[in-house]
Amino acid sequence: MAGVENHIRFQEVFHIQGGNFTNAGSISSRVKEILKRAGLSDKVIRRTSIATFEAEMNVICYADRGNLSLLITPHFLKVVVDDEGSGIHDVNLAMREGYSTANEKIRELGFGAGMGLSNIKKNTDEMLLTSKFRQGTHLEFVIYLDKQNEG
Amino acid sequence: MSFVTVFDIVNSFRLKIRAGEKRLNEQVTGGYASDLLSDVIAHSRKGNVWITIQTHPNIVAVAMMKELSGIILAGGREPDADTIQKAEEEEIPILVSPLFTFEVVGKLYQMGISGMG
Repeated sequence: MAGVENHIRFQEVFHIQGGNFTNAGSISSRVKEILKRAGLSDKVIRRTSIATFEAEMNVICYADRGNLSLLITPHFLKVVVDDEGSGIHDVNLAMREGYSTANEKIRELGFGAGMGLSNIKKNTDEMLLTSKFRQGTHLEFVIYLDKQNEG
Repeated sequence: MSFVTVFDIVNSFRLKIRAGEKRLNEQVTGGYASDLLSDVIAHSRKGNVWITIQTHPNIVAVAMMKELSGIILAGGREPDADTIQKAEEEEIPILVSPLFTFEVVGKLYQMGISGMG
């Protein structure tokens, strides 16, 4: 990986405050701006925006706090999200579309439909999700920049 | 793609404008109706007008993220005060209609706006 580190084009870490619905989406908006300025393709920007928004919302809905880091290299971009919070009891179940543990408040806001993680999976090329129940969750995903057919 | 603007929609069924008045000349590429934000994030397209009954500030975040042309609140719902403030800052049109979602979508279809734009 030493070779990769020599070619980092961009790297930044953003803090996400759990429960702060008022500023929800602000980190993913910033990430989107960064990708636009980096001149990445519309498709990469669209896929990354969707995955990042969902990841940000998961921290806001289910964690006390978290960090989202964005890494851009010439060939791929990688987003890593680590949070401290409720964690996920059964990662396989959580990945199933429609499965959700969201409370009534979260659902009333139009979140918690059980689509977030599958939206991330669909819009990324590699995805890794691990969690310690009642402690926190680690999510990382990769989107390749040079394999994307426009469309 | 239709040649309808947000302004045309406001005019043709007399929607009330609650925010984003400066951006009404935006072209509407199609429409999407849903109250689940993940669904809108996944399936709406750039330039779509979005019909929802959600009124909280996160709808502005979704509209920004997906570069939607505007949000129509159905069923006579009014945006929260902080939603209006955020929409003004980000110049996202928020329009309100006394009609329920189904009727709003029907009227948009009659204007030539479809769901697949």
